[in-house]
Amino acid sequence: MKLFNEPSPLETRIISFRFGLENSASIDTYLANDGYQALRKALAMTPDDIINEVKASNLRGRGGAGFPTGMKWSFVPRASEKPKYIVVNADESEPGTCKDRLLIQHDPHQLIEGCLLGALAVGAKKGWVYIRGEYNYLIHIMDKAIAEAYKHGYLGKNIGGTDFSFDLYTHTGAGAYECGEESALLESLEGKRGVPRIRPPFPAVSGAFQSPTLLNNVETFSSVPAILRMGGQAYADLGVPKSGGTRLVCMSGHVNKPGVYEVPLGFPMMKFINEIGGGVWKGRALKAVIPGGSSSPLLKAEECDIPMDYDSIAKAGSMLGSGGLMVMDETTDMVKVALRIMRFYQHESCGWCIPCREGTTWLKKMLQRVSDGHGQTRDIDLIGDLAQNMMGRTFCPLGDAAAMPTIAIVKKYRNEFEEYVARNPFAAPELVSIA
Amino acid sequence: MALVNVTINGVPVQAENGALLIEVARQNGIEIPAFCYYEGMSLQAACRMCLVEVEKAPKLMAGCTLPVAEGMVVRTESEPVVKARKTTLEFLLSNHPLDCPVCDKGGECELQDMTFKYGVGESRFTEVKQHVPEKQWSPVVFYDAPRCILCYRCVRVCNEGMGVGALGISYRGVNAEIIPSHGDHLECDECGSCIDICPVGSLTSGIYRYKTRPWEMEHVGTVCTHCSNGCKTTLGVRNNEIVRGNNRDKSGINGEFLCVKGRYAFDFTQHPERLQTPLVRNEAGELEPASWSRALKLVAEKFKALAGPEFGVIGSTRTTNEENYLLQKFARTALGTYSIDHHRTGDVVTLIDALSGKTGQLAAIEDLYTSKAVLVVASDLAQQHPLLAGKIRANFRHHKAAVYAVTPGPVREDKIARKSIRIAEADSLAGVEQLRELLAKETELVIVFGDAVQGDKVRQLVAFGESLGIPVKYIALVDYANSRGALDMGLLPGLAPGYHAAAPGRSLQQMLDDSSLAALWVVGANPLKGGRKLAASGAFVVVQDLFLTETAQRADVVLPAASAYEKNGTVTNVCGQVQRLKKGVETVGAKTDLAIIGLLARGMGVDLGKVDADAVFAEIAASVPGYNQLPMPVILTGGAAQTHPVNGGVPASLVPGLIASARDTLFTTGSLTRYSKILNEVLEKPGALYR
Amino acid sequence: MTFSPELEAKFADLITHYPEGRQRAALIPMLMFGQEEVGSITNEFMNEVARRLGLTPMQVDEVVGYYSMLHKKPMGKYHVQVCTNVACMLRGGAELYDHACHKLGLGHKEVSADGLVSLEEVECMGACSWAPAVQVNFDFHHEVTADQLDTILEGLKK
Repeated sequence: MKLFNEPSPLETRIISFRFGLENSASIDTYLANDGYQALRKALAMTPDDIINEVKASNLRGRGGAGFPTGMKWSFVPRASEKPKYIVVNADESEPGTCKDRLLIQHDPHQLIEGCLLGALAVGAKKGWVYIRGEYNYLIHIMDKAIAEAYKHGYLGKNIGGTDFSFDLYTHTGAGAYECGEESALLESLEGKRGVPRIRPPFPAVSGAFQSPTLLNNVETFSSVPAILRMGGQAYADLGVPKSGGTRLVCMSGHVNKPGVYEVPLGFPMMKFINEIGGGVWKGRALKAVIPGGSSSPLLKAEECDIPMDYDSIAKAGSMLGSGGLMVMDETTDMVKVALRIMRFYQHESCGWCIPCREGTTWLKKMLQRVSDGHGQTRDIDLIGDLAQNMMGRTFCPLGDAAAMPTIAIVKKYRNEFEEYVARNPFAAPELVSIA
Repeated sequence: MALVNVTINGVPVQAENGALLIEVARQNGIEIPAFCYYEGMSLQAACRMCLVEVEKAPKLMAGCTLPVAEGMVVRTESEPVVKARKTTLEFLLSNHPLDCPVCDKGGECELQDMTFKYGVGESRFTEVKQHVPEKQWSPVVFYDAPRCILCYRCVRVCNEGMGVGALGISYRGVNAEIIPSHGDHLECDECGSCIDICPVGSLTSGIYRYKTRPWEMEHVGTVCTHCSNGCKTTLGVRNNEIVRGNNRDKSGINGEFLCVKGRYAFDFTQHPERLQTPLVRNEAGELEPASWSRALKLVAEKFKALAGPEFGVIGSTRTTNEENYLLQKFARTALGTYSIDHHRTGDVVTLIDALSGKTGQLAAIEDLYTSKAVLVVASDLAQQHPLLAGKIRANFRHHKAAVYAVTPGPVREDKIARKSIRIAEADSLAGVEQLRELLAKETELVIVFGDAVQGDKVRQLVAFGESLGIPVKYIALVDYANSRGALDMGLLPGLAPGYHAAAPGRSLQQMLDDSSLAALWVVGANPLKGGRKLAASGAFVVVQDLFLTETAQRADVVLPAASAYEKNGTVTNVCGQVQRLKKGVETVGAKTDLAIIGLLARGMGVDLGKVDADAVFAEIAASVPGYNQLPMPVILTGGAAQTHPVNGGVPASLVPGLIASARDTLFTTGSLTRYSKILNEVLEKPGALYR
Repeated sequence: MTFSPELEAKFADLITHYPEGRQRAALIPMLMFGQEEVGSITNEFMNEVARRLGLTPMQVDEVVGYYSMLHKKPMGKYHVQVCTNVACMLRGGAELYDHACHKLGLGHKEVSADGLVSLEEVECMGACSWAPAVQVNFDFHHEVTADQLDTILEGLKK
């Protein structure tokens, strides 16, 4: 399949290097390009060795939370009366994120191999790739790749002539952002409403079908074959301390060359925008960046001169998240951005808990009113206050995801909200105390 | 389990390691507010009202899902906590219609109470609230989605508590709402537990809605008059009319459990066909209204003239112990007859006899909740004995009890049963035998059996139980509110109160079949139901009842009687647990059976002593074995106390008679329910057993 | 209710993907794949799926109501979905959606009288770097201009 955007020479292509090869999704192409080498290596390793290699790589979860992958793998209990499972989170739904789609589209076997390595490490016999409903075409690509892998003996019984057996299936979602949250995804996998579970227990102990489950993002699993091939330390060295390796960053918005690019962790954000992305479009100035999907608080232009790794972005008050980097030029209307973000979270709130269900709804209504030109000054404070009241109080992180960007936008661009209010001919005057 | 030290609001407390903080706090007198948390049901962590401050935690924690651990320091009323509660309430009220002035729940609404407590008096929102129209799901259940705060209590009480699962959740986000089992309507037990458990006025009762404000009612705690389980029900009475039944204070053997009959089927008391005046057959052969004095005079004269061995008395399975006791005393002394019986529905007598010499083997309701194992034989418990079934389900849910069922068709216990055996009722014991190996591995067992197990089969079942080598308790199922009391009070030919020997007389069937019977006095029973005939065509028949039943239509004199909700007294449930009836409403025209018996005695010049419920109960307590050791404070304060029946065998003097359950379903119990408008309106009526 | 042999085969295969006794897991895939053939999630279809998986129809209804891609009312033969989420909005997604509304004379989740086309304003569908994006049924169209959208819409055939 052809590439959606041209690669950049500044990329470090570790997990995307097969993108663009002829028939890149086929097992032949995969095998001709280091495919299933890591599996061969891993079959001779102990589970602990595999996990230690992943730990050494400093790989952190690519879904958004950035939890150290090796540690997550080590949480799956060794001994278990119940069968253990692998679940791949391909419910990529965080606005600004479109990388997992490419990993499955261009290189499904890399993901299969990643699953096999996970299965070897934790002792799983079965797994599912949970693909969001909108990515229907990827189910066909994935199913085809799985069938090829079975045919070549990389899936099924006695893989590589050993007693290791593993079955992998695709599973479709049906339209729900919430299912990107791992416990909601498991509910959905079991044929239920995608409402998160009470945790603990975490999936590593009680996941799919109440069995120990290793659940990671597509990119996380897809990174593991390279780690095993090149060695954990070598992979770690590509990035910065505590954030190893490379990751796919999805650049969108007001840049000249938007696209998905693979760069090492710690790659400078401004260099990424200006050199890989070709700079802000139409010769305009940069206004702000949403660094890691729409739930990450936006950074003003002057805050963007930082390396892109988990800790540096956290220090700047935001999150690397899912790697969805949205660039906004100087003309961007921040009230409209805040409204659009809230409309999304309101639409996707599962409704289980009160602060998220009602918070997103009322924030949307208020932001809509301000955006429609009927806002009052007190609305600006109320929006900030309501968002603050959601923070840390909801059942799952969706509430925080809705609140964080809102708080940041209102705080950093309050003047734009005030301008909207000032244009309202019916704005109430400030109340004056007569005492 | 290990104890840990926890500090709540500066007070050090000890708690079981891993216990939920909300429970630990409650046990120490600290209330952590919550809507979705409900003791005994699965955890939701949805309402976020129970957020508390825990030292070293990065954010507020939900107390309902937080297990306590050693050294945990918790603050439940600190400033951040109170602010969080206020904002949660603000969110809750943001979409909640403030129609409290007309809402059924007003005055007993948890959302109102919480708002009052945390004081969020101001609304900061100006946008329009989300509105969807109210829906009617069944004659008894209405759902108002805008009022719903989505605490999912109703969903859980239906699924976990009732084992029905007729309520679900659909849509998402702010549109999420509760949905009924069949698209636009409910098909379920119609128990109304969902309405009761709703913390707000979202689910409302078809009988009660818009009838009254809660504070305008009197609340009378009494016992349901329908099946034999003896659920305590608190009647809401306004202007001498019962407007609702529930048990929100969770007092009594049933906690808050009530079935459709307990919650709604009091409406027969207001039925237009209710007898309000005595009826006397005139010369044209028709029943015509008569004054009480005329009717009583006539009956007293006739009774005096006809007293003797040819006199038959049929008592009731619904009248109080006091009435039953007085009836048999009056019959056996003043009327000079030993022909006294009632509709026997289960073989309690043989069970008591088979257990003679043993103690503590008659199970109480609580045993079904605490026993490690329960075996149900030949009964569709969820339909015939809903409370018993509910206790078993709760036992399974909370204690993982082993449940076994031996029934002729599918029963609700199948879903939780370790093993279910399908076998004809006649072969029940063979079915039980198949479980021998499994049951012998249990550490204790309660066996519950229906009327298919009677006579020798009861003895065989007890022999089976005793051969298991584990402690076994038994429940012989009977049908009606005071079926057990009728047995205990000696409404049996050949057995006096307390299962003492008495002179033999006719059984119920013999009375009906005996053409030489001179008189028949039927108190609160309907033996001629279903076209049965009285052979003695010339017999003088007196019937005391609420309605003109088949038997009453045959009567020479009909005396209108009060229902159980209209009198004081005691009743004894299926497990021999005695509870107190409290008068909820005054009757107009009708009199209690106790009063009628007293007036007839006076008319005949017979001295029965002081005829009021307390005096007669004192006599029972003094003279009836089993009732002589009852802890009166428990009974008087609305509790239940189990009788200790004779221990030493039942005399063989009992005249055998038909023992047959009426096989009522969840939506019927004898003649009363025919006059319940609401039971006749629900789609599920009358239903069938074993479906 | 009968399905095509292909769909029946798919259902039969799906059910084998999950652990014994956990066949409920096949519910969402069955609804998604079935919807393509049936056209929408009809009551008959829900009851049939419930029967096959040993669920009550209400349990299926709960799930159907939750997921935004499961439609109880039929959408058009061509379901045009325009993303207006932030990344697309920054590159004209909202204007493109307005354009589609005017062009088709349809609003959000409305279906043309002949049942050929329906329109939906959708949330992020994972094409952020190639915005604005449109999906017609399951086919992605990237970096769509108003003119290109016209061409796409005109190409929708009965």
